Amino acid sequence: MYPTDLKYTKEHEWVRVTGDEATVGITDFAQKQLGDVVFVELPDVGRVLTQGEVFGTIESVKAVSELFSPLAGTVLAVNGDLGTHPESVNSQPHDAWMIKIKVTDSAELANLLDAAKYDALTQ
Amino acid sequence: MVEFGGWDMPVEYSGIIDEHMAVRTKVGLFDVSHMGQIELAGADALAAVQWISSNDASRLALGQIQYSALTTPEGTFVDDILVYRMADQHFMLVVNAGNIMKDHQWIVARTAERGGDVSVVNASSRYGLIAIQGPEAERVLQTLTAIELADLKYYWFAHGEVAGVRVMVSRTGYTGEDGFEIFVPPAQAERVWNALLEAGEAAGIKPCGLGARDTLRLEASMRLCGSDMDEHTSVVEAGLGWIVGWKKDGFLGADRLRAQKAGSLERRLVGFEMRDRAIARHGHAVMDGETPIGIVTSGTQTPFLKKSIGLAMVPVALSAPGAPLTIDIRGRRVQAEVVPEPFYKRSKPA
Repeated sequence: MYPTDLKYTKEHEWVRVTGDEATVGITDFAQKQLGDVVFVELPDVGRVLTQGEVFGTIESVKAVSELFSPLAGTVLAVNGDLGTHPESVNSQPHDAWMIKIKVTDSAELANLLDAAKYDALTQ
Repeated sequence: MVEFGGWDMPVEYSGIIDEHMAVRTKVGLFDVSHMGQIELAGADALAAVQWISSNDASRLALGQIQYSALTTPEGTFVDDILVYRMADQHFMLVVNAGNIMKDHQWIVARTAERGGDVSVVNASSRYGLIAIQGPEAERVLQTLTAIELADLKYYWFAHGEVAGVRVMVSRTGYTGEDGFEIFVPPAQAERVWNALLEAGEAAGIKPCGLGARDTLRLEASMRLCGSDMDEHTSVVEAGLGWIVGWKKDGFLGADRLRAQKAGSLERRLVGFEMRDRAIARHGHAVMDGETPIGIVTSGTQTPFLKKSIGLAMVPVALSAPGAPLTIDIRGRRVQAEVVPEPFYKRSKPA
């Protein structure tokens, strides 16, 4: 079962919303599909994203995938640790965050999945 | 599971990096039964093999193996193959899974044109093939066979039994590591596979999938036909001049290959290392300003060397180690550098 304090996208990102700040990563399902992650390319701080926009790429030994922003907002921080330890996406997917954004429209939260719906999606 | 050459095959079991490291440091087991076997027999079998392939098969003793290419009249690849000398007038070619039918038809047609006493048989359904690879491979396999493996040299084969099953064992592989490939009757393949897994348990044996097979072969600079070269790539362009029997009489494509060796070569496959943090992959363009001048044919982050490496077809002027390459990765320009091959070479052959 997926953590109930997170919201999810159909593209397998998770998002934790605290006030007007959102923290974004990829799900356990996504990391299992990718296999060993070796490279994560993240945006510059300050970049403005729309909901569903590509904000980076993640590469495993066998494949490359795009990362999609779950919500519109401005990038406040990126997780530089992923540069040296990309494998933490595999070992702790729900802790290995990628970006934090300042959310511009909290109404967009309604477009995201809760844990039960995401769990059903991945079955 | 993925579809590969008509076979359902696992990309990974425990993970590509885990499997890759097992082969480099301990031992790994691969089901490569998808590989094809084409046999040529008859009084003119040697002459036929000499005509259709680039290497000099007359140098093979009974029980010996060589890497070679099935060539077109332009000296390009129909396929890359291993040639086994089974008997004086009997050869077996091990070919790539996706090319079995094409290769068989090609060989039948080319040998029919030349005439002579040779029969060509697609024997692929008679063989399962299991590869055991890694520094512990000899020790693990030896517990299941009376064949004296220490006496079996690299690129030689022997007949015997493994786990009570009649097999042919060859000291070959596609990983850059010491190891063996075991030709086994398909009905007994599972028995041999399970016996090897059990015998290797204490040594830390890991079953390995197509993913690790690809990262291991690339780290060892071994080419993948269909990805690094095809019917548009000559043997010399692929950097495989060493599998051309320059001294033997005519063979398909000999004239063009000789001309390229003498100086008409325009492009060559090279190994590169990324200088920027990125992974170049098959199909990415090598750029000169806004002009594509070459193409990446393979690329990965290698689990053992922990480097981002690849192979690319580039103009000869950019083929020497140290030459800078600019690669376009999804619209981003990144820097790489030509490096000597192989990327990885095991420290000491067994």
